[in-house]
Amino acid sequence: MGDADIIPIGTRGRPGRGNGTLRPSAAARGLAPTRKPAATSKGTPQTPERPVIEQPAVAPRETSSVSAVDRAPGGGIPVGDWLAAINQAALEVFGTDWEPRLAQFLAFLRRRVTGDYVIDEYGFDAEVTERFFMAALRPIAEKWFRIEVRGLENIPTEGGALVVSNHSGTIPVDGLMTMVTTHDRAGRFLRPLGADLVFQLPVVGGLARKGGATLACSEDAERMLRQGELVGVWPEGFKGIGKPFADRYKLQRFGRGGFVSAALRTGVPIIPLSVVGAEEIYPLVGNVPSLARLLGIPYIPITPFFPLLGPLGLVPLPSKWLLEFGEPIRTDEYDEFAADDPMLVFNVTDQVRETIQQSLYKLLMERKSVFH
Amino acid sequence: MGRVVLVTGVSRDLGRRLARELADDPDVDRVIGVDIVPPRGDTAGVDFIRTDIRTPVIAKVIAKEDVDTVVHMSVIATPGGVGGRATMKELNVIGTMQLLAACQRAPGLQHLVVKSTTTVYGASSRDPAMFTEEMDPKRTPRTGYSRDAYEVEGYVRGFARRRPDVRVATLRAANIIGPGVQSPITQYFRLPMLPTVLGFDPRLQFLHVDDLMAVLRHTVFSEAGGTFNVAGDGVIMLSQASRRLGRPTLPLPAVALGSLGSALRKAGRADFSPEQVTFLTFGRGVDTTRMRTDLGFEPRHTTAEAFADFASTLAPGVQSPGRLASPDTVLAGLAHQLTRGDARG
Repeated sequence: MGDADIIPIGTRGRPGRGNGTLRPSAAARGLAPTRKPAATSKGTPQTPERPVIEQPAVAPRETSSVSAVDRAPGGGIPVGDWLAAINQAALEVFGTDWEPRLAQFLAFLRRRVTGDYVIDEYGFDAEVTERFFMAALRPIAEKWFRIEVRGLENIPTEGGALVVSNHSGTIPVDGLMTMVTTHDRAGRFLRPLGADLVFQLPVVGGLARKGGATLACSEDAERMLRQGELVGVWPEGFKGIGKPFADRYKLQRFGRGGFVSAALRTGVPIIPLSVVGAEEIYPLVGNVPSLARLLGIPYIPITPFFPLLGPLGLVPLPSKWLLEFGEPIRTDEYDEFAADDPMLVFNVTDQVRETIQQSLYKLLMERKSVFH
Repeated sequence: MGRVVLVTGVSRDLGRRLARELADDPDVDRVIGVDIVPPRGDTAGVDFIRTDIRTPVIAKVIAKEDVDTVVHMSVIATPGGVGGRATMKELNVIGTMQLLAACQRAPGLQHLVVKSTTTVYGASSRDPAMFTEEMDPKRTPRTGYSRDAYEVEGYVRGFARRRPDVRVATLRAANIIGPGVQSPITQYFRLPMLPTVLGFDPRLQFLHVDDLMAVLRHTVFSEAGGTFNVAGDGVIMLSQASRRLGRPTLPLPAVALGSLGSALRKAGRADFSPEQVTFLTFGRGVDTTRMRTDLGFEPRHTTAEAFADFASTLAPGVQSPGRLASPDTVLAGLAHQLTRGDARG
């Protein structure tokens, strides 16, 4: 029994021990100090030790109220100090202009909740893309994959252009990284063309449209290029991202050359882009074609870590990335019927494909290691 | 000599309004309104003939009255008012066939204007962002209004081939919206809570009802023929629309939305046909370049303005700005506090 160890002499005006009443016994009152407190615990007596707490008959509510007053006689840190500390912390974290920036952010939030923002006809929401998608992807691009870019001068500062890239990495992370890189380094939004599967999927399809993507069909591609957008296309499609690890950096078939016809019709330059590093983020070592067919998706990836480690296996390996934008291939020298000449379209397609493949080999030779 | 215009479908609001406006036009001698039931409301200046366009009587009307312009407005979107879906289909398709048969026999006819809808393009995940007039739907519509409109347009094209001397203009109008408009989409936005398809945020395009009237009048007097998409500029997302209305959304799987739709239809609150559900899943956008260049028409309201005009007639939603504890009020309060702190410091 713990309470048997300490036997205080008297109760100093506190309620008596063990008698169940709030009023102290006459003896207890006699032992109390001369500066006589009120008989009930509503007064402000001082208790240097804590003998009272052990008294079982006392209502805990009252005990705690007494001790709280005792322990913080000055009311703790003043509110003003708290605010100053928060202000100081905000200054440390956000810099000196944190108040206008927070006000800006609140204004942004208000625009969002009242729907007072503009999207373009493809559903592209520039504001949310810049503030959220890019902000979320930027650390991955810069810190995780440490993307190094070459040939930025090949991206025109304005007007339509078609960026054609190799595709790899099991899930299209390379597309997202290319979007962030073009936005941050070249100052232009890359408008990706996505497979129809993207737009069938709930959530993914909506996010893709908000991020500036549209369906990879000739109508949309030509429309965007005519409007002077920088359009990104990955002609290998699922064959590219879903190829086994052993086939890394071997370009797959480049579709039917639809992207070349779109560029020829609109007379915009084709910018070949070679991405090195994306192949290693999720090394695809296996596939379950039958289950994939059942689910109606192109492949089911098996990597050394997925599905073995569960969600942890979804963390991409931190390979070092190299992006090289090649010299633009001009299409405005061809006449207006060029797009209807299949042989020409195939030739230009092959030219683009070869350029990317050669530049991939060159970058791989330069690369010392996968991870740095 | 002025024009003699025959307008079908005058018992409904849009048809009646057009007939009234045409009757006020000095270039029009006579306006003849045709429908099965008499129009409610003001039809001053319009000669109403109660007849069924599914019967050959319509041919006699056209011949006897020397009609030179026919405006076909009676392709209806919902079976609601007329009975079942079978009646609706018969009115839309057989009605159009009879009307066109009558038109073909009328030597004096010079202009045919058909009000169609952008619903003919359907809605699917494989749609291009913006449909132009020469594009076909990715999936041929199988049921409902879009199927009817698709068939009606087919018959109209057939008529245009057989009577090349008649100027035929088909207007594919986006969803009509505006104060007082009754349509599946306006009924939908009047719900206190908007059911949406989980994980999808469709792009929507609207045409203000005043712009519809203007484009129909414009087309009656224009010389342009062919098919034209008509819609307000720009698009808005459904999420954006619900925020502007201040009404919360209720995301449901598409299947559940369908069954909720049939419950709401029985309650007479809204109409969720399968095509409405696919529209709320994938949305649709149409290109209006030809409307500007060939038809020479410029709508006065953008999609957003048309929607704002419609929204202004609705009771404010739960989350409308100004309501207590709506997200906007809370944020405005925060911002106010902050700027006050700014002024003090």
